[in-house]
Amino acid sequence: MHGFGYYDPTSVSKAVAILDDKPEARYLAGGQSLVATMKLGLSAPSDLVDLRQIPDLRGIRLERDGSVVTVGAMVRHAEVAESRDVADRIPALADLAGMIGDRQVRNRGTIGGSLANNDPAADYPAAVLGLGATINTNKRRIAADDWFHDLYETALGAGELITSVAFPVAEKAAYLKFRNAASRFAIVGVFVAKTRQGARVAVTGASPQGAFRVRAMEEALTREWSAAALRPIDVPAAGLQADLHASADYRAHLISVLAQRAVAATL
Amino acid sequence: MTDITERDASVRERAATARATRPSGPIGARIERKEDSRFLTGMGQYTADITLPRQTHAYFLRSPHAHARIRGIGKQLAEHMPGVLAIYTGADLPESVGGLPCGWLITGTDGQPMKEPKHPLLAQGKVRYVGDPVAIVVAESGDQAKEAAMMLQVDYEPLPAVVDVREARGAAAVVHDAAPDNTCYVWALGDAAAVDAAFARAAHVTTLEFANNRLIPNAIEPRACNASWSAADDSYTLYVANQNPHVERLLMAAFVLGIPEHKLRVIAPDVGGGFGSKICLYAEETVCVWASKRLGRPVRWTAERTESFLADAHGRDHWTHAELALDRDGRFLGLRVKTTAAMGAYLSTFSTCIPTILHATLLAGQYTTPAIHCEVTAVFTNTAPVDAYRGAGRPEATYVVERLVSTAAREMGLAQDEIRRRNFIRSFPYSTPVALTYDTGDYEACLDGAMKLADVAGFPARRAEAQARGRLRGLGFSSYIEACGLAPSNIAGALGARAGLFEVAEVRVHPTGKVTLFTGSHSHGQGHETTFAQVVAERLGISIEDVDVVHGDTGRIPFGMGTYGSRSIAVGGAAIMKACDKIIAKATRIAAHLMGAPAGEVRFLAGTFAVPGTTKNLPFAQVALAAYVPHNYPLAELEPGLDEIAFYDPTNFTYPAGTHICEVEVDPDTGATQVVNFSACDDFGNIVNPMIVEGQVHGGLAQGIGQALIEACVYDRESGQLLTASYMDYAMPRAADLPSFRLDNRVTPCTHNALGVKGCGEAGAIGAPPAVINAICDATGAKEIGMPATPERVWRALRAQRS
Repeated sequence: MHGFGYYDPTSVSKAVAILDDKPEARYLAGGQSLVATMKLGLSAPSDLVDLRQIPDLRGIRLERDGSVVTVGAMVRHAEVAESRDVADRIPALADLAGMIGDRQVRNRGTIGGSLANNDPAADYPAAVLGLGATINTNKRRIAADDWFHDLYETALGAGELITSVAFPVAEKAAYLKFRNAASRFAIVGVFVAKTRQGARVAVTGASPQGAFRVRAMEEALTREWSAAALRPIDVPAAGLQADLHASADYRAHLISVLAQRAVAATL
Repeated sequence: MTDITERDASVRERAATARATRPSGPIGARIERKEDSRFLTGMGQYTADITLPRQTHAYFLRSPHAHARIRGIGKQLAEHMPGVLAIYTGADLPESVGGLPCGWLITGTDGQPMKEPKHPLLAQGKVRYVGDPVAIVVAESGDQAKEAAMMLQVDYEPLPAVVDVREARGAAAVVHDAAPDNTCYVWALGDAAAVDAAFARAAHVTTLEFANNRLIPNAIEPRACNASWSAADDSYTLYVANQNPHVERLLMAAFVLGIPEHKLRVIAPDVGGGFGSKICLYAEETVCVWASKRLGRPVRWTAERTESFLADAHGRDHWTHAELALDRDGRFLGLRVKTTAAMGAYLSTFSTCIPTILHATLLAGQYTTPAIHCEVTAVFTNTAPVDAYRGAGRPEATYVVERLVSTAAREMGLAQDEIRRRNFIRSFPYSTPVALTYDTGDYEACLDGAMKLADVAGFPARRAEAQARGRLRGLGFSSYIEACGLAPSNIAGALGARAGLFEVAEVRVHPTGKVTLFTGSHSHGQGHETTFAQVVAERLGISIEDVDVVHGDTGRIPFGMGTYGSRSIAVGGAAIMKACDKIIAKATRIAAHLMGAPAGEVRFLAGTFAVPGTTKNLPFAQVALAAYVPHNYPLAELEPGLDEIAFYDPTNFTYPAGTHICEVEVDPDTGATQVVNFSACDDFGNIVNPMIVEGQVHGGLAQGIGQALIEACVYDRESGQLLTASYMDYAMPRAADLPSFRLDNRVTPCTHNALGVKGCGEAGAIGAPPAVINAICDATGAKEIGMPATPERVWRALRAQRS
């Protein structure tokens, strides 16, 4: 690993100011991906700006009469998994957080770090897309559908900092994950939600471009919220991820199986 | 092979006695491991914990290509990097420095010795696998060495590569010019004509073709070394994470560096797991020893985890075609096996004996198959070298036999236990058609024990219950045998071993009666500090707290052949017994003198010398004191002191055996397999510490289930890159993937060592893989599912069944 400077500012404005000043600096959220890439020599930031001393990035809040659960960017996966508010309002989100990585990862990794990194097999993108969450940054509010651009690419601008993620409470929701036996990332993860605006189905792990929605499934589920409604829907394998862990057509098949089971789990 | 039927009656008698007296003494007790408080409190001393005065740090630059010619190496930029002390490449090694030797010569069916291309310490002319060491950079710090290595400019001309064991012969890529068809040897064992005759009269033939998947050992401690040279007496000291320091010293000193053996001290301190991967002599530690004199400073290297994946010796990697001929009653008539085994890019220390001597000889399994023939083709591939990995050859053999037996039973409509019962060997000693003589065993007892543990009788109800939930349940049997206790040196020598395979123990009784045991075995997780202390304590009638075990240091231990092949208790333990016998023999004469009785009348029992029928008796410690304070002592006929060395060379292998039964549940929609029960009933002969044995079985089963379900070393067919070079892509079994194991054992004491022990370290890894795959085949109805049986493979097998 190359040497680097280290800062631990106590406010968002101070953190952003450091990044403005040092274009080669990087924010350090949980470090579960960044530090690994640094150790492998794949990235070599000049400075790390550790965000853990910033109180504004922490905490889980219920907002709008409890119809929205807002999770601070520096909230760790373990906190979401164990949060009573999350379990009460969106149990699927707590379940998802409890499935991320292993205990060590969950005690370090943060939701903001995960979303900024946008690993195509990460779990949180499925929840963000599946619930139609809003990502709040120091500059603006970004809808989930506008957030994910491509592999490791998001709407986040240079130096821009995620401050929190607002999840609208869904009527029903569930997340099922088929794990990679080695990494515990999702080979396929499917998040289904029955929301006021209709059904949403988000898939992670299956596409080299990152998480995506399955519109045909959403339409079917909006008409009828049942596993049976999904059965006739053929998930095309074209464009899906194919690697040494799973072929594209197996992933397509898993999307179908997991979506049906996820819906069944909400009934 | 020599027929081993002569046995020492007194040895047999003592083995039986050891069993009979088990519950009372230290042997057989579930004693907690003496070493664990050290490990659990961070007080272990591993190689990387050792820092020497004027320490330097090494980094190895490795090949990014699977196969390439080195046109040149530019050092200039790197040499001027901060902290750099030296950079050496293959061209810098003097003529006097040899290549890494292979420890076992295999002679082919054509009568020719195997092809043995030079294995240079640093690549010379060509690199032959991704990870092949090209240069060593030594610097004041590890980071400096690594940064400088990145500045080395190696001009590679990439060459075609072959990584698949099936494609090596006849591939356009030639790994070594000396082996134009990439073939190291073609070797065979058994009577081909007899096998042909058996197949000609068979009522049924079962045929299978499969891979035994390549594995990466993944010891928790990566390889490491710290080499230093003393100008005072021109001697070297090497700390190294290694399983057999004396063998390391011999090979490195005599065969590679030309250092006088007595001028090299090899210390393998606490070592965090080996599984075979730390048996071999590797290039890195050898280069560090050489460089330590060139620099006049100690040179330390610790592998990064990626280097462990790339450059530790891998395991398995066979492609096998196997056929079993049966009569109409399901009795085995003949077995024909053709296997191709990858050696990797170079011959690692024990590589060549694994698919031959440790594989083909085990193909009788537990059965009376009268005719067996096995042909082994060893091939070079542009991959990391392959060497011993837990089981080494015996898992491959068991996989062949037990997959065939289970498949044959299904094809012929026989119950899994019934086909085995019809073919079990029941009379001992038994000479197999593949050169071994089993001394003892009771295979049906283990089969019955395992069936009871597994509740086979209740399986139909469990299967029906699973069916109701939409899940497929299957039961898989595996009745394995292994040859442990390597090995009678004369037999090993006749088979091509370039070393003896005895073991050494020194029992040093101190004046106070406390004991230090120096053993040539090496513990890297096995718990020898406890089990060996139990053996000494039992034999000398003292407390295990009064016995310390020293291992892993050529400077303190007379000699040793190290730990691998489940040999430590069977060979090392027998050496300890022999040294204790010498101690008792001498102490008896001292005691006789002290008690004024003829030596022939003195008996030693439970730590006391006594003359039966009299009140005369002396505790062990008092006799020890007399040996060191010889005031009243038979000095004319006996030397003072009480310190004995024994070399023990076994007269036969030992043959642990047992039956494992795996129960799986398969999700037909996803193909995911869950091991819901795993039962193992093993016969390890007498057991010194049941708790440690259970731990060994647990670990072996985890690795065996890992091989069957998730572990796979994958090289890219085109580029030769290792695709599974980290834990992101190479799956290791975790506790949550495994059920709570159901274990039991049966005991037929080994007839030819004084403890009646057989060894237990590899059994789990040997027995488990076919049990798991047989269970999946039972659940799904598939005839064959490749290892690892990933969900996608199982799903595809199910789809193929349906269509």
